Amino acid sequence: MYAYDEIDRTLVNERVSEFRDQVKRRLSGELTEDEFKILRLQNGVYLQLHAYMFRVAIPYGTLATNQLRALAHVARKYDRGYGHFTTRQNIQFNWIKLAELPDALADLARVGIHAMQTSGNNMRNVTSDQWAGVAPREIEDPRIWSELIRQHTTLHPEFSFLPRKFKIAITASDHDRAAIKIHDIGLRLVKNEKNETGFEVLVGGGLGRTPFIAKTIKHFVHGRDILSYIEAILRVYNQYGRRDNIYKARIKILVHELGIEKFSREVEEEWQHIRNSSLQIDDEVIEDIRSRFTYPAYEKLPHMPDELRQAAADPDFEAWRKNSVAPHKVQGYSIVTISLKPIGKPPGDATAEQMDALADLADIYSFGEIRVGHEQNLALPHVAKRDLPALWKALDKLGLATPNVNLITDIIACPGLDYCSLANARSIPIAQELSRRFANHELANLIGRLHINISGCINACGHHHVGHIGILGVEKNGEEVYQITIGGRADEGAALGTLIGPGVKFDEVADVIEDVVEAYLALRERPEELFMDTVKRLGVEPFKERVYATR
Amino acid sequence: MPLVNGGKIVDDSFVKLAVDTPLPESGDILVPAERFIAEADALLKRPGKVGVIWPNNRDIDELVPYLGKVAAVALVFPTFRDGRAYSQARLLRERYNYRGELRATGQILRDQFVFMLRAGFDSFEVKKQADAEAFMQTAKRYSVFYQPTGDGRITALHRRMQLRHSEGVGT
Ligand code: HEM
Ligand code: SF4
Repeated sequence: MYAYDEIDRTLVNERVSEFRDQVKRRLSGELTEDEFKILRLQNGVYLQLHAYMFRVAIPYGTLATNQLRALAHVARKYDRGYGHFTTRQNIQFNWIKLAELPDALADLARVGIHAMQTSGNNMRNVTSDQWAGVAPREIEDPRIWSELIRQHTTLHPEFSFLPRKFKIAITASDHDRAAIKIHDIGLRLVKNEKNETGFEVLVGGGLGRTPFIAKTIKHFVHGRDILSYIEAILRVYNQYGRRDNIYKARIKILVHELGIEKFSREVEEEWQHIRNSSLQIDDEVIEDIRSRFTYPAYEKLPHMPDELRQAAADPDFEAWRKNSVAPHKVQGYSIVTISLKPIGKPPGDATAEQMDALADLADIYSFGEIRVGHEQNLALPHVAKRDLPALWKALDKLGLATPNVNLITDIIACPGLDYCSLANARSIPIAQELSRRFANHELANLIGRLHINISGCINACGHHHVGHIGILGVEKNGEEVYQITIGGRADEGAALGTLIGPGVKFDEVADVIEDVVEAYLALRERPEELFMDTVKRLGVEPFKERVYATR
Repeated sequence: MPLVNGGKIVDDSFVKLAVDTPLPESGDILVPAERFIAEADALLKRPGKVGVIWPNNRDIDELVPYLGKVAAVALVFPTFRDGRAYSQARLLRERYNYRGELRATGQILRDQFVFMLRAGFDSFEVKKQADAEAFMQTAKRYSVFYQPTGDGRITALHRRMQLRHSEGVGT
């Protein structure tokens, strides 16, 4: 865990008092809505269909239990008793009153949580691997660098009014759980021949109306130069990014229009001016940040404790363990993913009671730490294997032991028409229907790893382009129509899905997905061939035929 | 529009000229970039200070040869959402060592003062009287800064180092 010191806390508190003043000026009419809009967005406040929506940052997805309890408190006191975890390691509350927002922020500030730059045309919450620091074979804990970049990008005096929002994600593992290739800047920690830490830098990824997979702009930027390099990219983007059309304002468009070679030359030239400036990070600074991350005092534990051996007789436990428990870098420990996708419920929702109870469980079983991943699930990062059976029982009581992580009902969905003022179509009811259709665990297990992603409009908040099956709601003649893509992925092999044919009506979506899945089961060469591999091997044609032959 | 300079509301000594306004005999003038570039020699010869209004989409490199001669550079925020002039300001101050007046013009509201001060602006044409009056109070809003910029303020990273070292002295 990272501990904020007095300096960080002071800044968060100063931010809260600034926002309190801004809200006061808005309520008195001194600020127009147009002027206030940007200010509230910079503090995570949107105006939605029914109410203000409040988006709180969970930097690199790490939460301490007192922080999770504070989120539960906000859900209970200022909202309707629940929160919604999003694809960007944020949590959103949908029913907050503007006049109460400064108080909610002040309550969160007490535990070092804020909503700075969770929205607006500035640098957003820095995201990372939810298994950071515990994944086996990781280069090093990417959160140290995430925190360095979080600090550097917070209230940045040059880049708080960019052409468009700007997102940075960092991973340190071969298997990319941070979806770095669909970010404006993606960073992959690597070591050079001298065993020095640095980054492969990718740029220009993003979804939305014009999706792009990020391209590598530089294979190795030394850790000491990473801030100056990011600053160079941003300076080029701030000056040359388009401002005439919000759909063309993202860095992905600039990179596309200039070409990666020309863009990288511009960045390189800018970088040469600033790389040896005060932006250069000395080891002492990195060590200081590193020293404020504390790690659990792990015990020496057996690889296979008796408790686990005994529990293996229970098929329900085994189903959950196989699905939700992953190897940890320390022997005798595991990483437990907690599915926020119970059958029939909106993906990513958690009630205040669940959050409080999870905080208690994390205190007992995970050294007081919780993680939030971009798949809208949570994780307990340090669970001793001997505790797994007890933890499972407790999670089950809370309705949090659905064994569907990475299976077809582990659906990512944006809020869609139920909350979002930009939506063209519903997302949550589609997710609910699909999760009921595939509720049978045996069937889901037989299908294997398969990610469905749903967005209620072209903005792609549900990452539909990179879903193995992507569902995009659009509007046609006043009706909700859904376009289906297959073959997308968000990991190290990131790819955009391909459209399989004309859009289908709301009532047909679940049938069509069933058809796609049946086609896959019939087409796969062996049970281990995953959906995305079958699609890669055969392309969309056979799926298209299966879906549209009878429609 | 009230002008804040050095933290106080002051009278603006500069008169803004358009591209084709006849040149006044004397007095301080602020001239649009294209006119300045076209008539630089004549403008700089006349009595009175000369400042230039530089648009946010024009390469700042063009202005560099004149930086020692102009008394003011006014950068433009067509709306407060358009942040290009922040980059121009930092380049002028930090890369080209410009030490004259650096003025923020356009839609300037109190909520941008901290960012602007940090980017190197020292003079502000503020849109609302109340915002101009709140300048000092707003400018002091933050005491913690994470990024090094040319404004010389100590960053959080370095403040921590200092604290750490001073703690180390007594032990
Ligand atoms: C669960 C809730 C939400 C999640 C998880 C979410 C997440 C995201 C993500 C990940 C993107 C990235 C697309 C990209 O990489 O280019 C995105 C795009 C966008 N989101 Fe959201 N968002 C949510 C809610 C909202 C809401 C409520 C709004 C409405 C005001 C909104 C407005 C947008 C817009 C306008 C874009 C498009 C940006 C662009 O690419 O030009 N999002 N959102
Ligand atoms: S994808 Fe569209 S409908 Fe869904 S949350 Fe984003 S903006 Fe709203």
